[in-house]
Amino acid sequence: MTSKALLAATALVAITLSLPATAAELTVGFSQIGSESGWRAAETSVSKSEAAKRKVTLKIADAQQKQENQIKAIRSFIAQGVDAIFLAPVVSSGWDAVLKEAKEAKIPVVLLDRDIDPSGKELYLTAVTSDSVHEGAVAGEWLAKTVAGKACNVVELQGTVGASVATNRKKGFDGVVAKNANLKVVRSQTGDFTRAKGKEVMESFIKAEGGGKNICAVYAHNDDMMVGAIQAMKEAGLKPGKDVLTVSIDAVPDIFKAIAAGEANATVELTPNMAGPALDAIMAYKAKGTVPPKWIQTESKLYTAADDPQKIYDSKKGLGY
Amino acid sequence: MRRLPPVAITAIVFVVGFALCTAQFPNFASTRVAANLLTDNAFLGIVATGMTFVIISGGIDLSVGSVIGFTTVFVALAIERLGVPPLVAFAAILLLCAAFGAAMGAIIHVFDMPPFIVTLAGMFLARGASFLMSTESTPISAPLYSTVSDFALRLPGGGRLTSIALIMLAVVAAGAVLLHFTRFGANVYALGGSRATTALMGIPVGSMTVRIYMLSSVLAGLAGIVFSFYTAAGYSLSAVGVELDSIATVVIGGTLLTGGQGSVVGTLLGVLIQGLIQTYINFDGTLSSWWTKIVTGILLFAFIALQQAMLGIARRAGPRKAGVLKS
Repeated sequence: MTSKALLAATALVAITLSLPATAAELTVGFSQIGSESGWRAAETSVSKSEAAKRKVTLKIADAQQKQENQIKAIRSFIAQGVDAIFLAPVVSSGWDAVLKEAKEAKIPVVLLDRDIDPSGKELYLTAVTSDSVHEGAVAGEWLAKTVAGKACNVVELQGTVGASVATNRKKGFDGVVAKNANLKVVRSQTGDFTRAKGKEVMESFIKAEGGGKNICAVYAHNDDMMVGAIQAMKEAGLKPGKDVLTVSIDAVPDIFKAIAAGEANATVELTPNMAGPALDAIMAYKAKGTVPPKWIQTESKLYTAADDPQKIYDSKKGLGY
Repeated sequence: MRRLPPVAITAIVFVVGFALCTAQFPNFASTRVAANLLTDNAFLGIVATGMTFVIISGGIDLSVGSVIGFTTVFVALAIERLGVPPLVAFAAILLLCAAFGAAMGAIIHVFDMPPFIVTLAGMFLARGASFLMSTESTPISAPLYSTVSDFALRLPGGGRLTSIALIMLAVVAAGAVLLHFTRFGANVYALGGSRATTALMGIPVGSMTVRIYMLSSVLAGLAGIVFSFYTAAGYSLSAVGVELDSIATVVIGGTLLTGGQGSVVGTLLGVLIQGLIQTYINFDGTLSSWWTKIVTGILLFAFIALQQAMLGIARRAGPRKAGVLKS
């Protein structure tokens, strides 16, 4: 009897204390992987601003790259009774049990940026990810359009061997090359997604291709490698952006600086705004019961010197890249 | 009653902490949160129980986190790649862990080496070996795994006392009996008090050391199995740093880092306090998750300072008491 009364009293106190916190319409818990890369940090800060824009309370749990922390965070979100859970999974397997719990509690789960194993398909509402094959294709199409039928020897800086992103970005680009007889990938090697390796590999490409005279364009799987390659070209006396066309993927702030300086030509954006479309989907789902498609593809937008790169650089540099 | 035992202070910290969290968040005082505390920290509770024995005996075991990682990879590969039945894989890994712990204990005793160095070597060895086996996360799809993860005692209010939480509670209970009610347990305390005296008392120090590290490694192996249930996968990067978490847990639970004093129940409370901090941060949703480490660090400092103060009081109180008796 007394313990019941005590419980009721505590609950009452708790409810009064928490009233201001429940003023917002929706509460969403976001289990983020961590802040291992600039892109990830930008994703977190964009998620916060997108949620604020829609007056959604966003609770972010940084898992410090550990799956066990992500599972704990999801369980705790379920216990809190949030309206939806966003998950950027650190690995693709091992989510079935905890997502089943979320489903039982009738809390919709949206995956951001990465997918999970097919066994979990029924356990989430939708996945918001970019299509990295498409990213490669966008880069390739820009090049095909820019050279306009002229013969062009392309060198390619690949991402980390075996990384699915690298494989897919290569596949997408190769698809366009196969359709355009004037384009030819003459050399392709891994630069490990890093600036230093990108520069090193580009130096060897320049040496191997007669001081760079035979290179018409560089395609890099990410901007960081391209920044390194630009350095290598400048040191070899080439003019990147003029003698040699460049196209890379990610759209990090530094590449916009290079585009503004006329040293790079184009970049395809991997948007850090995964939360925006996810929030829209959840709000529609909650308000009208609209079930979103299983996969929401983010836009892979192409940026060139025509897009005021300096302005984009200024807007992006504060995001934590 | 004047002198509060450390474990009582731990209990008070936990109860006060829980009350504060409840006051701030309405959903906090639910069976769901309570059950989550046990489920999410099941592997930590199991491994910290073993660590309690090691620390009370005056030692330290830095290899446990790596042993958990090794176990998850071993179990995943044995079941998924080699098609070994899960229970056979469990038996094999527990035997392997026992041998590993026994070897560390033997080296510590025979060569009279500091446990810190020997178990540090064990930590690198086990982590390295798990990377050698696989660097990728291997999902486990054996039917036993979904059976175990689906099984749960449903509590009123939506809480689920999962099978891994039950395993943890069983290990803690068994550990408490072993430590407090058996000769083995009494010898563990003796060993932590003074090695030399223990040997003079005729207790086989060598075999005790071997058995204590064996126990710690076997429990780490069991924690690894529980971890593989938790994520349904084996990953060589799992449980990095758990050895330090479990040492912190044991000390916050009121066990003396220099050995000779402590309890398994205190360790369970230490586990719950760590879980509580994490849950609070998740509920709040705006704090950086690194606050868990900061608060744990502060608590650790507080408890070590407390232990030192109590030792000081005990030393000063000793002679005075004698004086009172004389007069």
